Order: sequence, then C-alpha cells, then structure tokens
Amino acid sequence: MTTSMNRRGFLKSVGALGVTMVVGFNASGALAASKTAAGDVLSNTSADFNPFVKIDADGTVTVVVKHFEMGQGTTTGLTTLVAEEMDLAWDEVKVAFAPSHKNYINLAFGGQGTGGSTAMANSFMQYRQAGAAARDMLVRAAAEAWGVEASAITVKDGVLSSGDKTAGFGEFVNAAAKLTPAKEPVLKDASKFTLIGKDKLPRKDSAAKTTGKAVFAMDVKVPNMVYVTILRSPKFGGVLKSFEVSDAKSVTGFVDAKALPNMAGVAVYATSTWASIKARRSIKAVWDDSKADSRGTPEMLKEYAAKLDAEPTYDVTKKGDFAKVEAAAKGASKSVSADFFFPLLAHAPMEPMVCVIEPTEGGGLKVHDGCQFPMITHPTIAAITKVPAEKIDIVTYYAGGSFGRRANPQSDYHVEAALAFLALGGKKAVKLVWTREDDLAGGFYRPMFAQRAHIGIGEDGKVAAWAQRSVAQSIFKGGPMESFVVKDGVDHSSVEGISDTPYQLPMSLGLTDYESPMPVLWWRSVGHSQSGYTMEVLMDMAAEAAGKDPVAFRLAHLDESDEDQGRVAGVLKLAAEKAGWGTDLPEGKGRGIALHKSFGTYVAEVAEVSLNDKGAVSIDKITCAVDCGTAVNPDVIRAQMEGAIGYGLGAVMRNQITMKEGVVEQGNFPQYEPLRIADMPVIDVHIMPSDKKPSGVGEPGLPPAGPALANAIYAATGKRITKLPMTSNGIKFA
Amino acid sequence: MSIQLKINGETRQVEADGDTPLLWVIRDELELTGTKFGCGVASCGACTVHLNGKPQRSCILPVSAIGESEVTTIESATTPQAKAVQAAWQELDVVQCGYCQSGQIMSAIGLLSDNAKPTDNEIDAFMNGNACRCATYHRIRAAIHRASEILEA
Ligand code: FES
Ligand code: FES
Repeated sequence: MTTSMNRRGFLKSVGALGVTMVVGFNASGALAASKTAAGDVLSNTSADFNPFVKIDADGTVTVVVKHFEMGQGTTTGLTTLVAEEMDLAWDEVKVAFAPSHKNYINLAFGGQGTGGSTAMANSFMQYRQAGAAARDMLVRAAAEAWGVEASAITVKDGVLSSGDKTAGFGEFVNAAAKLTPAKEPVLKDASKFTLIGKDKLPRKDSAAKTTGKAVFAMDVKVPNMVYVTILRSPKFGGVLKSFEVSDAKSVTGFVDAKALPNMAGVAVYATSTWASIKARRSIKAVWDDSKADSRGTPEMLKEYAAKLDAEPTYDVTKKGDFAKVEAAAKGASKSVSADFFFPLLAHAPMEPMVCVIEPTEGGGLKVHDGCQFPMITHPTIAAITKVPAEKIDIVTYYAGGSFGRRANPQSDYHVEAALAFLALGGKKAVKLVWTREDDLAGGFYRPMFAQRAHIGIGEDGKVAAWAQRSVAQSIFKGGPMESFVVKDGVDHSSVEGISDTPYQLPMSLGLTDYESPMPVLWWRSVGHSQSGYTMEVLMDMAAEAAGKDPVAFRLAHLDESDEDQGRVAGVLKLAAEKAGWGTDLPEGKGRGIALHKSFGTYVAEVAEVSLNDKGAVSIDKITCAVDCGTAVNPDVIRAQMEGAIGYGLGAVMRNQITMKEGVVEQGNFPQYEPLRIADMPVIDVHIMPSDKKPSGVGEPGLPPAGPALANAIYAATGKRITKLPMTSNGIKFA
Repeated sequence: MSIQLKINGETRQVEADGDTPLLWVIRDELELTGTKFGCGVASCGACTVHLNGKPQRSCILPVSAIGESEVTTIESATTPQAKAVQAAWQELDVVQCGYCQSGQIMSAIGLLSDNAKPTDNEIDAFMNGNACRCATYHRIRAAIHRASEILEA
C-alpha cells in the first residue's frame, strides 16, 4: 500500500520489471485489456481506456480505485471486489488511486466523483467484472501453455495450478495481455464468496494511517513551492477594496501579498505555512460590503418563521389539498402540532481544505488534492488557468474526512488555489492552506431548515391527516446539477426523507425556499440530516397521541408485504429486539427509537440515555440495525454506522454556525465543539443478512441518531426537543 | 534564527523565528508530516508529539521553548507501548480518514506509559482533547484496552 500509493515510486518499480497487463473499461463502458508500460496507462493523456486492475510481471496485482478515500473504506471495498473474483491473497493486493480521467466515471452521476453513498453501489459489478476478466485471461493463457482445459485450472491466493503445474500470475502476464477479454466474464456465485461478506477483512489503509506514513494533500511539498493563505471578507459577499501589507513585511518568510483576481480576498505568500498565517494576521484589508449579507441569526430565524406562517410556495405532494389536510389535522380530536428549527452546520473535516498547484515542464499543471469531484475540479482549473485540460493531472491523496465538504460543485478551494497561482505569475508551485478558522467561517454550510407539522389521529389509532410545511435554502438551485434534482421548482434535497417517506401516511407537504447569498452545501446525508429528525420525532409524538407503543405504531404504518416497507420494518424489529425494547429500565433512564431510509439503505437505531442527579444527560448506548443489501465489508459497515452516529450526535447535541451582523461567530473548535470520546456511547451494530445488491453506508447511519436520542431524552425527562442544537434548547449533557 | 532541536534521537539544526510553533517546524522544515495540523489552538490533538515522553500539543509550543527537551514524533514511536498501540489499532481497524490518528496514537502511548491498565473513564479523561471527526472513539477505547492486554502478555 505505502509504495503503490506513491505514484512516482510505483512507476519506477514497475518500469524496472517491464510488462504490465491492465484490464479496465473503455469510454463506451466495455471491458478492455492491454499490455503496456504502467507509465502510459496512468497518464490521462493515454488511450481511451483506463485500468481498474493491473498485473505486473512479478505477479503484483494493483487495484486502481476510482473513488477517493476519505475514511469511508473505498480502498478496502473496491479492492475486495477484485480480490474476490481473482482469488487473490488479501494481504498482497496493492491499491492505487485513479488519475483524473473521464472514463473513471461514477455510474451514478456520469462523471468522476465520490458522494451520495454511491461508491460501492456503482462499483460492485464493474470491479467484479474487471477482476473476473483478468482472472479468465490469465487462466486461458495458462491453459494454452500447459495444454489443458481452462476448466482444469484452479486459482488460489494468486497462484494458478493444474495437476502438478503451478505458476504465479506474473508468469502469464505477457501471454494473457494478448488475449481479448470476455465481453461478459462469468462472475462468482455468491455462495462461493470468501472475501465479500467476510466479517473482518483488514482495512487496506490501516498500516499507513497508524504509522504516520499515509500521505494527505496537507503533507505535500514540491520543489520551489510557496505557501499561501487567503484573507477573506468577514461577511459573505464582501468585495476587496484595498489592503495594506507594510506590517507583514517584517514577518520572516513573507514573500508577497496579492489581491485575488476576483477580488474575493488577499493571497498571502510565504516560505512556510506558519509565515503565511502570521503575515496574514498583520494585513489590513478594506471591504466593500454593499452587496454583503449583514444579517444575524436572529433575523434569519424571524424570516424563516414568517415563511412558515405564509402559504407554501410549492405543493410538493401535488394534490391541491394542503389547506384541507391541515384543517383536518388541526381539527382532529387527537392531534399533534410542532415547529422544528435546524441550524447551519459546518462539516469541519479534520484536515482543513488544502490544494497544491504545481507547474510542469511542458506547460501543464499537477494538482495535488484529496480530490472528491475530479469531474468538476479538472475543467474548472483548466478554465481559470487556460491550461488545456489534457495537460492537467490531478494526483489524489488520502483525504482527512469530507462529510460533503470536498464535493463542491463550485470547486471553491481549487478555484482559490488556481487564482492564487495565477496572481503570483503562474510559474511557481503554490500550496493553498486553510486554517480551522477559515474552515468554520468559510460557508458551504448545511442549510437552515424549518418545519411545521399538524397531525391528526383517526379513530383507528393511525394517522388520519398529516400536513407539513418546510422552509429551506435550496442546495441545488443555480448549480450545475440543478436539472437532475430540481423538478417543478422543488429541490428534492429540501424534502427528501419526507416526500418519499416509506410510511403509509395521508400527507400533504408544502415547501417554501429561503434565499441568501451565503453558500450552502450537502452535509453528511444531505436533506435527510434534518428530515430524519423531523419525521421520527413526529412519529413518536403521534404514537403518544394515539396511545400506542412507538414500535407498534410505526409498524402499523408499514405494509410489510411491500418489499421496501418490509425492509424498513425488518430493521425496526431487529433494532428493537437487540436493544431489549419493551423491557424495564431503571428510574432515570430512557430509551428512544428512530428509523430512516436514505441512499437505498435502511437503518433503525435505539438510544439509551441516563440522567445524573443534576438532570444532565449521558448517552449510554446506541443499538443500530442496518440493511444495505449484500454486506461487502461488514466491519467497514459497522465502522461507518459508528462514525455516522457519532457525527450526527455531536451535531444535534451542540453544533451550530451563527452570525452576528453577517459575521460567523464560531472561530475555532472551542466554539464549535466536536463530539469527544467522553460523549461517545457504546455502539452495537447489527447487519441484516441480505443478498440484494449493495447500497451505500457512509451517510445512512446518521439520520436516525438524532431523533433516537431526542426520543430517549423525552422518555427520560418528558422534554420534547424540536429546535437544535439541544444544548441551546434546555438540555444539558453530563 | 538558528535553533537546535533534539528530535527522534537526532540533533537537527533549523532556521525559524523563535515564536514558530514546533508543529510547523516539524512539518514544513523537517518534513516529518505524520504530525498533523487540525486547529492550531490546542483543541484537537492532531498535532500531538512527545516531549520527554509526555504528550504535548505541538501547535502551541514555540520552538524556542523546547531547549534540551527530546521531541518524539509518530515516525519514531518505537517503545513497547507504541508498538502495542499500533498493533491494537491495526487489529481493530480503528482508522477511518486517519487524519487525527497520529495524534490519537501519540496520546494513547502517553496514557499507557503512565497507566498500564486504564479504565474506560480514565481513557475518556485522558483522550478527551483528541478530537476525531470520523468519531472512531468507540474503537479507540477498545484498542487502548487491547493494547493494554498486549503489553501485559
Ligand atoms: S492542531 Fe494542535 S491541538 Fe489541534
Ligand atoms: S479518523 Fe478521521 S478524524 Fe479521526
């Protein structure tokens, strides 16, 4: 792993060994193979197909992963698929990140990129096919050489054998590469899997990440590089008028300061990161705030509230019955009404944004980045620098988390890096570094949301009328993906998890957009990050109004004969059973349940909390049940559930980005306190056995965590929490 | 100014202003990039190194204040505690993005060097300054117990 991740080292070692066989897909999606030197296949200027699997003359197999690794396990997951089909020895398979190339598309979005919990779902067949094709070619080559039928050859741990003959893959690379890959290679039957579904397959990135050897973009240093930080407007939409550098000149290592060509800030160049940070502190800039957003959070909340009161702009459920359903819900003899508010949230991945742009000898560029969206970053950098796209190479590194932040339709930090590169003359490599303060004040937040619901319970104890109004700032409107997500004015991400709820509910849903110059972005689980909370707290409130147990009430709104609803019910029952739902709890403890389907994956969670003598809440345990179809790497799935639960809990407990007169109030982690180890509950994850196709796991663990906690706190204290974060709304944590 | 640093068993000469945080000298000058930058204000622990064997946040330590102290970074963590922690981390696959993990590991080594058999509460108290945005905490706790077992064996 460590050597193969380093591209230069990799190329050298392969070059010395000679021939490499590569199997991949061409531009039209067909399997293709060739015999080549690795240098050619990794360059984005080469042929029309790109390798997914490479086999060197020494038998080393390298899986080229098209999805970057931000911790979600792609280097392990995609490698598992190839290793399974090729019958490789797990410890010996190497991994390399794919270069930026149009053929490495994410089949879910038609361009190269990672997000939406799609990596495994869209790679499952592709990587298996590439592995199976490679194995088949090697077997055919061996059969020819040995004069036996292909069926007489077995493969185990990367070794071919037949009778008394055995050979490593390397021996047949040359011959196999001359064969044509099967159009549709025969894939293994699931009953023969030895790696897919194996309970504990060691992560491919563990060794590098526990010894300090894993290389992140933050660690890149290239010759003659200058470091740059950017002084930005404290308010969104502020434009640079002028700036004064004189004090910065006394900082050792200060090189220069230049206005960014778009007047969005001052680029401060220095010979080290620290010198740039220090010099930036002494530069004084004057901003034109005439177009800036100068509102504070209280004003924004008032605007959200006014929009909730007004008639919704869009009739999402399109039945023209909103007023009628709302009146029926309000008039029911048993009813529930509640308003919900969700704050702005920063992603705050552990590694702040960073990008290195390095000029190459032939007038091209090398972009060093933990790149999540090459499909946008690559053309964006080409457009700004006027360097032809084919002369730009993106080198992908491990990314120190993302949670949505690095997948930016505007490629915001790459744009800054490219502008800073140009402003210095375009001849010297620049490394743009964001500090944590830049990160928290930098926008692209999870939008604020407000929800109002009125629910009427019928004579049968089920929901008879459910009317809901949502107010949200659209993530997709005005962006490059608008046409995929916005239909008839409704940004689906504003209503996902509500409009498509798997529950059988007589629902009428209205939506009103909130407009603001502040950039917003998807944040782990996108709209589900708030709709899961709203829906599942409401279901709990409705169950109580109906006088029903929360699990039984939910089941009563699911038709288990329907596949989708059956899977929802399945995880609900599994989580309830594993958590001992219905068993007695001692005084001062409470249990709450929530479920949510997102990204094709079904998750239910039970939270258990206890109160100390001062009424402060401890989260003792979360029991989680997940149905993500075929579980390729069960331990990675458990890790993603644990991580998403922790990330979600931290946010609902105490995180929010607030503004005062347009300026973000949270400076650094002490004001945007991350979840800490002492807050972390015990987490017990159960994976539903399944042979359905795999769905994503990076995000779906998050939506049920907040409402399960809220429902548990209600059970323990009688307090309903419909405004977040909890610590700003009367809840203390121990 | 020219400063002498005892780091990872060597004496190194670096050019830096005295107020430069040790973190940036380690990363940018000495190119030991296993030690990470996460906040710069001693609130995340990504920059944790050992000073005379004790975990310290290198992002707020001016390089001029190090003097004769011995600095150890993840690249040179080789004590029995270090080996046990790394082995346990790998056995339980603690890491996700990995960016906080050098710091987590340096803190965990410090904890086990002082307290060979910490309880959950002691782990939580000692490790609370090491943030992990991927929330790998559940496994960090388990891995520290596992490292403690490895050391005992
Ligand atoms: S970088 Fe030093 S504690 Fe965060
Ligand atoms: S593993 Fe990502 S921040 Fe800890």
